[in-house]
Amino acid sequence: MRRLLLVGVVWLAGASSAFAIDREIAFSDPALNQRYLSLIHEIRCPKCLNETIADSDAPVAADLRREVRRLIGDGKSDDEVKDFLSARYGDFVLYRPRVNQTTLALWAGPFVFLVIGGVVFWRIIRSRLGQPLEDEESEA
Amino acid sequence: MWRYARYAIPVAIFVAIGVFFYRGLALNPNLIPSPLVGKPMPTFSLPTVADPDAMLSSDALQGKVALVNVWGTWCVECRHEHGFLVQLAQAGVPIYGLNLRDDRASALSWLATLGNPYVTSGFDPKGVAAVDWGVTGAPETFLIGRDGNVIFKHISPMTPQVWRQEFLPLIEEQCRAGGCEFLAAAGGR
Repeated sequence: MRRLLLVGVVWLAGASSAFAIDREIAFSDPALNQRYLSLIHEIRCPKCLNETIADSDAPVAADLRREVRRLIGDGKSDDEVKDFLSARYGDFVLYRPRVNQTTLALWAGPFVFLVIGGVVFWRIIRSRLGQPLEDEESEA
Repeated sequence: MWRYARYAIPVAIFVAIGVFFYRGLALNPNLIPSPLVGKPMPTFSLPTVADPDAMLSSDALQGKVALVNVWGTWCVECRHEHGFLVQLAQAGVPIYGLNLRDDRASALSWLATLGNPYVTSGFDPKGVAAVDWGVTGAPETFLIGRDGNVIFKHISPMTPQVWRQEFLPLIEEQCRAGGCEFLAAAGGR
């Protein structure tokens, strides 16, 4: 059973690299290659809506991967690459949206709800503090 | 007071979520606004489809109201809109082509059989200029204003309805100072 599992894992690992979208490794420098891979996994394909350009086989995704490769090769920073793409395709392509006026609610929302939840929790706790515990009541 | 307010809270939350859903679900997820609208058109310089030695550059579009249409012979929807583009061209609308990810022979035979609505078509087999224009596929049509800015971008085929409802009002605005001889023939005022 264990051996079977191992075979399965190895097969899956092999399969995922066999299905990788680019045939060749983008950069021989592992650091650059890592930057390239993490960038293309953060950029949304503008044609296919719910895929990263790393996953999509749309022609435009291939073009964008090529541009990311070119820009990294030119020594551009991750932010410069993202600026390049969002200037052309909009903030839409950034899977990790930047903090600005339109995304403020998105970024701040969870914390606002956390505060609201905390206040409600605190009020409930406080209102029940004076009451005896139900278990004590039934056993007594 | 608090006794009654607490019953109002779930109702208020329901209404708020309802408003978000009502608005959100009515949006078209395919409608991605182009960040280029209102900005100067991206510069480009491409060999033309007809002649590899001739160039079409963005300078050719400066100072006039014109359309830039992204097309390719692999694109089924482009065939769908082609007849109407030819009509627009016959009315005198200047349409510049951006031929995307195509090969020259197919592009030329397409224009020979279906008619050529383009003043010139730039040849972009690798989609280099297309990335600068934020092109996601074909067909896409840009409206370029007299000042060289991108006025509007339409994704999907150009139809008489899109032309009338989206393009003509913007073109009429651009042409208020005169100089668009095609306007009347193309259905505008």
